[in-house]
Amino acid sequence: MNNLYNYLLTIADNSLILAQRLGELCGHGPSLETDIAITNISLDLLGQTRSYYQYAAKLVGENKTEDDIAFLRIERDYKNCLLVEQPNTHFGFVIGRQYLFDVYHYMLMEKLQNSPDENLAAIAKKGIKEVSYHKRFSGDWVKRLGDGTEESNKKMQEAIDDLWRYTDELFYLTDTEKEVIKEGIGIDVSSFKEEYYKEVSELLTEATLTVPENKYFTKGGKEGVHTEHMGYILAELQYMQRTYPNMNW
Amino acid sequence: MTESPNIDKDLIPVLKTVSDPEIPVLSVLALGVIREAIEVNGVVKIKLTPTYSGCPAMDVISDDLKKAFEDVGKKAEVELVLSPAWSTDWISEEGLQKMEEYGIARPLSETHDKDVLLGNKKMVKCPQCGSTNTHLVSQFGSTACKALFKCDDCHEPFDYFKCLK
Repeated sequence: MNNLYNYLLTIADNSLILAQRLGELCGHGPSLETDIAITNISLDLLGQTRSYYQYAAKLVGENKTEDDIAFLRIERDYKNCLLVEQPNTHFGFVIGRQYLFDVYHYMLMEKLQNSPDENLAAIAKKGIKEVSYHKRFSGDWVKRLGDGTEESNKKMQEAIDDLWRYTDELFYLTDTEKEVIKEGIGIDVSSFKEEYYKEVSELLTEATLTVPENKYFTKGGKEGVHTEHMGYILAELQYMQRTYPNMNW
Repeated sequence: MTESPNIDKDLIPVLKTVSDPEIPVLSVLALGVIREAIEVNGVVKIKLTPTYSGCPAMDVISDDLKKAFEDVGKKAEVELVLSPAWSTDWISEEGLQKMEEYGIARPLSETHDKDVLLGNKKMVKCPQCGSTNTHLVSQFGSTACKALFKCDDCHEPFDYFKCLK
């Protein structure tokens, strides 16, 4: 049970933290349409997060709710990968981070919808329909910016180069994941690593961008060791519950 | 989707009074989000499925359902179910017509949907003037389930209900 709980967090925390990052852009998007699109994606991710957390809360019992899981953990207990916590430096970063995550997310949902765990399969079956829209949106923008002006190409390339080092962690297997894979419930994410890099490289090439060649990758988020950005995200995310414990809407 | 929801006929009049807060002309029945509604030992048990995972209307619909049954002296319990996942195919023909009259273009088939959202084809009919000379403004509209379009003949912007299967 504990393994499954931790596994749910491994998947759901990515969606929560990315939703929070995207939510920061509400009212700040570069145009009205992209602003709405980005917050729509944020809302989808948050909805998926709720489904996972509600399930996780049921596993724990003791009157725990989805809100306890979202708001009352310390940094080390969040299992999201480093990629999703990276800042919205400029629009190229927002799109680059989204695309690099969406391709992975789609492949994960594809596999997860066949999980023998009915709840997980149901969340994935629902989620994949939404994620396919996310991937289409972010992929289109990578192409538009990469194959756009000299300036947009430079910025898109800069984002991809900077974010590339966080992609390998997506396929790193934690002990929790190894256990749930053994139990037949979890997905071996390393199994679609090759397919991931192939798809991403093809799109980057189409977008007239250079596929980064650096072999230095960094990881830690999935084990709870985050980059310096995480504390600031949580400060904002958890503010209300920390300041006014047990407050309700 | 072939399976039709298990809905007790006696409960339909009350269910019909509850609508989607974002598209008030559509009842929850026409929208296809009620997957089961039966009366067990005097308690109405409802299974509700979300259109999109993060749809904020679900909490409102759930409260509205309880309230509607309370008004006729019945207690209702609402359970959120995710599987099978909701599809735009579950919106009734009557619902689709009401939606169009309300100013939201109806979802096309899956292949056509992809074509129009990628901007390849002009197929979405303007709910104001009926022209298909329309273009996509944004894949994401005022709510998660809609995309934003503009008519190139009457120049009115409008929502298109995205196909979800």
